Amino acid sequence: MALSGIQIYKLLPQTNCKECGFPTCLAFAMKLAAKQVELAACPYVTEASKAQLAESAAPPIRLVSLKACKFEVKAGNEVVLFRHDKTFYNKPGLFIRIYDDQPLDEIKEKVKAADAYAVNYVGMDLTLDGFGIASRAGNPQAFSAAISAVRSVSTRPLILMSRDPAIMAAGLQLLSNETPLIYGAEAANLDAFAELAKQYKAPLGVLAPDLNSMAELTEKLKAKGLEDLVIDPGGRDLGSGLSVGTQIRRLAVKKNFRALGFPVIAFPGDAAEPGLEAIAATQALAKYAGFIVLDSFTPAMAYALLVLRQNIYTDPQKPIQVQPGIYEINAPKPTDPVLVTTNFSITYFSVANEVEGSGLPAWLLVTDAEGMSVLTAWAAGKFDAERIAKAVKAFNIADKVSRKRLVLPGHVAVLSGELEAELPDWEIRVGPREAVDLPGFMKKVLS
Amino acid sequence: MPVEIPKDTWPGTVRTVTLGATAAQGGTRKTTVTVGGEKALPFLNFEQPMPNKPVVAIEIRDRRPDDWSPLLLNTWGEVVNDPAQWAKAAEAAGADLIQLGLSLNDRDGTPTSPESAVQTVKAILEASGLPLIVFGPGQAEVDNNLLVPIAEATKGERLVLGLCEDKNYRTIVAAAMANGHLVTARSPMDVNLAKQLNILISDMGMPLDRILMDPTTGALGYGIEYGYSAMERLRLAALQGDSMTQLPMQVTVGYETWKTKEAKVETGVPEAWGDWAERSMHWETLTALTLIEAGADIVILRHPESLRRLKLAITDLASAPTA
Repeated sequence: MALSGIQIYKLLPQTNCKECGFPTCLAFAMKLAAKQVELAACPYVTEASKAQLAESAAPPIRLVSLKACKFEVKAGNEVVLFRHDKTFYNKPGLFIRIYDDQPLDEIKEKVKAADAYAVNYVGMDLTLDGFGIASRAGNPQAFSAAISAVRSVSTRPLILMSRDPAIMAAGLQLLSNETPLIYGAEAANLDAFAELAKQYKAPLGVLAPDLNSMAELTEKLKAKGLEDLVIDPGGRDLGSGLSVGTQIRRLAVKKNFRALGFPVIAFPGDAAEPGLEAIAATQALAKYAGFIVLDSFTPAMAYALLVLRQNIYTDPQKPIQVQPGIYEINAPKPTDPVLVTTNFSITYFSVANEVEGSGLPAWLLVTDAEGMSVLTAWAAGKFDAERIAKAVKAFNIADKVSRKRLVLPGHVAVLSGELEAELPDWEIRVGPREAVDLPGFMKKVLS
Repeated sequence: MPVEIPKDTWPGTVRTVTLGATAAQGGTRKTTVTVGGEKALPFLNFEQPMPNKPVVAIEIRDRRPDDWSPLLLNTWGEVVNDPAQWAKAAEAAGADLIQLGLSLNDRDGTPTSPESAVQTVKAILEASGLPLIVFGPGQAEVDNNLLVPIAEATKGERLVLGLCEDKNYRTIVAAAMANGHLVTARSPMDVNLAKQLNILISDMGMPLDRILMDPTTGALGYGIEYGYSAMERLRLAALQGDSMTQLPMQVTVGYETWKTKEAKVETGVPEAWGDWAERSMHWETLTALTLIEAGADIVILRHPESLRRLKLAITDLASAPTA
């Protein structure tokens, strides 16, 4: 639990020596509480205080990262239960699982496709994060062969899945220059897996059937010096998964309960059919998983899950925005229409993509609506006739067009009268409500 | 190592709302649907068992919706030409209730008349025993002209009439009040605006257990995070004891999903979007499940396969352990 400024102040020398650069110890303490300065700036703080402050500064959920080649997948460091309270920080890693008893060609084909998968969403290229390799054949040879097959087509981070230390060791030997997740340790194999995690300096996945035994295992592992843990509390059905995921997140962020302060790994891939697998992954994305292992890979499912992850992990205080201004689409001429919309990125890209796809030229006027969509901005008074007229003038659009036609989004048709009054020499048209209907509108109505 | 599970105890409870009335209750419905009553966040049965599971409605239209995706029109087939048959098919597909959307015009472009709207609603009530939600075409004057005679002609059925918005709610609320119906209050993704509209409607004398709220959402990729957070915040406010937010939430997932390019369009989209039919199913089910996790009590869908998946998911969620 983070300490308040006053609590931190009590741990400082309270001499107001000013050597930290602040006039008083209290001022310095306040800055520390806000995480704007480092404790190292105080030359006189005692070792005991240092230890106590370090403990309180540790995030309630340990940051665990998997690495391979140029890729890194991080999970943890979350501080809230609800995204509206602050934001969710580290997007859960999405991994595709293969099994070592599958034909190697089949493995390669699946991994190759998933590895290369990239999809553009509002200007960002989204990709999957890595692969889970599960031992099902029950011998080190098959496991090693599967790992080599995956490594022959992908350099992304891996999750190795076996509960047998000999099989796991065989796999880890092949991955000496990277940091995979070792999954996993349970009560029966704890010591052997702890040794492997130490030897290969890799994070360790821990399985336990309930939270009491989970906490016991993580405490034992911590006593052995292992800190980078990922926990699998079971709960494969949606109801149990939601309960246990919520309990762990609450214990970590509200009670600072260190024994469960680790990222959770979820297995939607265990669902009965791909449609339900996507639904289970949806819950894992929204409700607190740090690593998500899927069995199915299809572009349609990957696209939907990657977009959902992006949406849930968007900082609610900072909507993704584009720069207000005038955007030229398909090389518009002075006779082409001016379409107006807001600077919320989803809105902008929906409109821009439709117009671009239609092949029809247009000027796209993006107003500063503080990153809100058309309807939201309108309701909040950030997208009204006055603001639109101001943007028309500020960006000197009248200089670019000979035929002054302005197309309003259909959702704000009510603004057309006021806008006519604001821009008397412009022809104000009401466009469709949805971007997807713009090409049809431009073809039929504007041409 | 014994772990003490932190349990939240909330002072507030979401109101219980029943849709539809059986013959004994003054209507003709074979079944009714009860939603709300939550004393905790969704499905956290270890804290407080969820008294009523979320339900799934299927959206139908009073006439063939030519602008709908062919994926929907082909799946439902011939029944889209006949709302009564469509309602029957939705019931057979496992819907808990039906949501009828009225169109502005009939097939010939003539404005929908109050008589034909009433006839449509009566035919649906004949054909299906499920509770019914009726939305007007979305233009204030037309909505009022159509919904008032519908309310009168179906007195006692406990239909849900909508959408009531801050600019147009009085006429619909008065008609619902006088004829034993319910209303849906629609506000644009904002806790305070939702609350304000609930207050206005309840100030007219409408009992709070006959109001649903629809906080609006965007679909996956189109602002779902705003709907999601508005709903989470509304539900938290309700549990914290704010009585004007203690209403079950309804959300029009099908409508939002099927207007996105991802669901609507087959050709001219990036290859990375994958198979169209599969993608549109994911779009509708992921949007729905995300909002159910945020507190939605009624999700309105369009595709029967989404309905099937969501029903399975809800059953799975509702079986969460109580300890």
